[in-house]
Amino acid sequence: MKELKSWKDYPLGGAVYDPGSTLDIDVSGWRNERPQIDQEKCIRCRICWVFCPDAAIIEEEKTYTTKTGKTFKLTYSIDYAHCKGCGICANECPVKAIKMIPEVE
Amino acid sequence: MTYELEKIKTLWDIPKEEHLVGGHSLCAGCTAATIVRHLLKVAGKNTIVVNATGCVEVSTTSFPYTAWRVPWLHVAFENAGAVASGVESAINALKIKGEIPVEKEINVIAIAGDGGSFDIGFQALSGLMERGHKVMFVIYDNEAYMNTGIQRSGATPFAAWTTTTPVTRRIRGEWRNKKDMFDIAIAHGIDYAATANPAYPVDMDSKFQKGLSKDGPSLVHVIMPCTTGWRFEPKYGITIAKLATETAVWVNMEYDVGNFSVTVPVKKRKHVREYLKLQGRYSHLSETEIELIQEQIDRKVEEINKRAGKEVIGPLEA
Amino acid sequence: MALGLETKKSELKPLSTNKAVAEAAKDSNVDVVAAYPITPQTTVVERLAELIGEGELDAEIIHVESEHSALSAVIGASAMGARTFTATSSQGLALMHEILHIASGLRLPIVMSVATRALSAPISIFNDHSDIMNQRDTGWIIIFTSSAQETYDTIIQAYKIAENSNVLLPVMVAYDGYVMSHTIEPVEVLGKKVAEEYIPKKVSWNRLDPDRPITIGTITSPDYYYEFKYAQAKALESSLQHILEADSEFKKKYGRGYGAVEGYMMEDAEIAVLGTSSYFSNLKYAVDELRKKGVKAGAIKLRVYRPFPREQLYELIKGLRALGVIDRSISYGMTPSGPIALDLMSTYRYKNIPPIQSFVAGIGQRRMLIEDFVRIYEILERRASSNSINEETLFYGVKGIDL
Repeated sequence: MKELKSWKDYPLGGAVYDPGSTLDIDVSGWRNERPQIDQEKCIRCRICWVFCPDAAIIEEEKTYTTKTGKTFKLTYSIDYAHCKGCGICANECPVKAIKMIPEVE
Repeated sequence: MTYELEKIKTLWDIPKEEHLVGGHSLCAGCTAATIVRHLLKVAGKNTIVVNATGCVEVSTTSFPYTAWRVPWLHVAFENAGAVASGVESAINALKIKGEIPVEKEINVIAIAGDGGSFDIGFQALSGLMERGHKVMFVIYDNEAYMNTGIQRSGATPFAAWTTTTPVTRRIRGEWRNKKDMFDIAIAHGIDYAATANPAYPVDMDSKFQKGLSKDGPSLVHVIMPCTTGWRFEPKYGITIAKLATETAVWVNMEYDVGNFSVTVPVKKRKHVREYLKLQGRYSHLSETEIELIQEQIDRKVEEINKRAGKEVIGPLEA
Repeated sequence: MALGLETKKSELKPLSTNKAVAEAAKDSNVDVVAAYPITPQTTVVERLAELIGEGELDAEIIHVESEHSALSAVIGASAMGARTFTATSSQGLALMHEILHIASGLRLPIVMSVATRALSAPISIFNDHSDIMNQRDTGWIIIFTSSAQETYDTIIQAYKIAENSNVLLPVMVAYDGYVMSHTIEPVEVLGKKVAEEYIPKKVSWNRLDPDRPITIGTITSPDYYYEFKYAQAKALESSLQHILEADSEFKKKYGRGYGAVEGYMMEDAEIAVLGTSSYFSNLKYAVDELRKKGVKAGAIKLRVYRPFPREQLYELIKGLRALGVIDRSISYGMTPSGPIALDLMSTYRYKNIPPIQSFVAGIGQRRMLIEDFVRIYEILERRASSNSINEETLFYGVKGIDL
């Protein structure tokens, strides 16, 4: 983003020309607890991704094979810069594959 | 609709693209963010959003940042309906004049909370619906003025504590009933109105789809559990939303060109206590008051079943 | 260049100022019109609806449910890249108040006509300037016009000014309700060629476009807000130059220009009275009467009100022995009670200026005949000769007050 040193540098009428720029903001400091996905337990149901208010569940086409030999085409992970630790994902997970871990022990 | 999106029938039909990104400052566990994420997934990039003043507006566009990836406009609290009417009319005019390609389909969506729709935004919303603009108006209803610190609105339900319907010696929370926006919208003669719930994302998203496919105004009224104002732990937002439907506090309905239906039938209802007990705003209620609320729901369920012509919402669980 | 008559292929039409305004909006080829009926503005939108209905103007008309929504709707349309128009009066303008600030804050080039009218209570549907004067700090460019022709020309100029990328501010064109809005005068209309010749549309403002998504109407912290407001203040201040450029280009092309201020018989005038809108025409008749009696009187019209044409007006008043200023609104609880008089007294505080006598007249369209204007000059002359001009406003025409 352009540095706003003088009033002359400011965009017209308070507009923002940089769509989706809140991605530059790290909200990890909001968290008391961090979600952790157990890839072994996860059944790739998409529910955590669906409900996350912060679009902080990452859905990737990345193959994962569990120890029991089950192969999934999708892998879910957490965008920790944008997760606020609300715990909806863990609470809604139907197989309890997401645990909330305290940020400060 | 601006692109050929398959009808959403399962969670896997929900588009991957995010048009409301993270890093915004809505509360942890704010279900409004979930609702708007889905709304934009369905609408896609060829969408103009007009946002009334409220939590979503202030928390997503703090200069010099924006969480939006679609064109977005905020003017004031009470006028989202009017501003969206202007946007839609401009699109029509500029198509006639060749400044926007005729074939380019652009969705116009107005987003407002219950204040910006039930109360201060009511007149502009009514004007929008009555004039027939092709705009979808989406209400995220958290049942009070949360952005200013939990004051009651015309959407606050009976018995709910707010900072202006406090639990005191003379007042025990809100003493009036919630306004019925669904039927008010239908009374405007619009083609499509629906109630939705983020705990039922497939139902909600397909309603957004339907609303956008209409040639005129549509209204989707979405319940939005508010961790801050309803006084519950952030992780329970979706659980409480689900309980709202399971207890028939909130019924997912639809009106589509004359046809009324309940889109999420409930075979056996849970007692309203299950819904109320998770929320601090109802923590003052006595057993008698809870039963009074249950009776109100029973009556409402009876009316809905009558309207649907069959039992879509079942009896209370034993 | 000889008055640019080469492009002249225009016609004279008998039009009230309201109809002239509608004609100007049509000739400006506006894209979206939103307005709500209010006396005495109503015939503007009625005529525009007819013009759209007859296919003379390709525009969308939004039949909004209030003036608040009228301005809100044109903000939405303008942000979408449309050339927009709205019109109002009195309570309608007051109802828009909140949104007036937002239109200028968002830097959208909206043009609005205001048929000025008194404010309630008690209700008066008749003319004065309490509506417009209440809006003087909303960040809009405000131009007063004195004839149907000037109003027609100024609406067209207003698009040139508002859409100038160095300006990007909304413009109000104000004229006297009833006195002008409903009086028919001959007006030379330029036709739709004017839109291409003089105000070709080029969207230089913030525009909602799915291919280039931007966010308009953000929330700002104390770290950012001030600079936006300063930029807006500077834009309004420096718009005067662009207003004058637009006016001289118009004059070159179509033979009519108005400037920021206008003087009548000011070359050798010793005393003068300043008025706005239709009052200037009456002041000119009064001057003719006084000149017959040997009084060296002049008349001044304040056309551009915001930005305030400080230098231009100073040139007219600096040599006078006394200046009268007629306001048609009351700044309650303030001395002087006339907003324009107050403006002059403060802006020229550190300049060498003649004594300024503030008058209030015509409140709620209290009748003012030529003889009343003559009388105002006589009062001014009397008070100037007796050195009794002070900051007190003289309320002319109130029953029970003898001046």
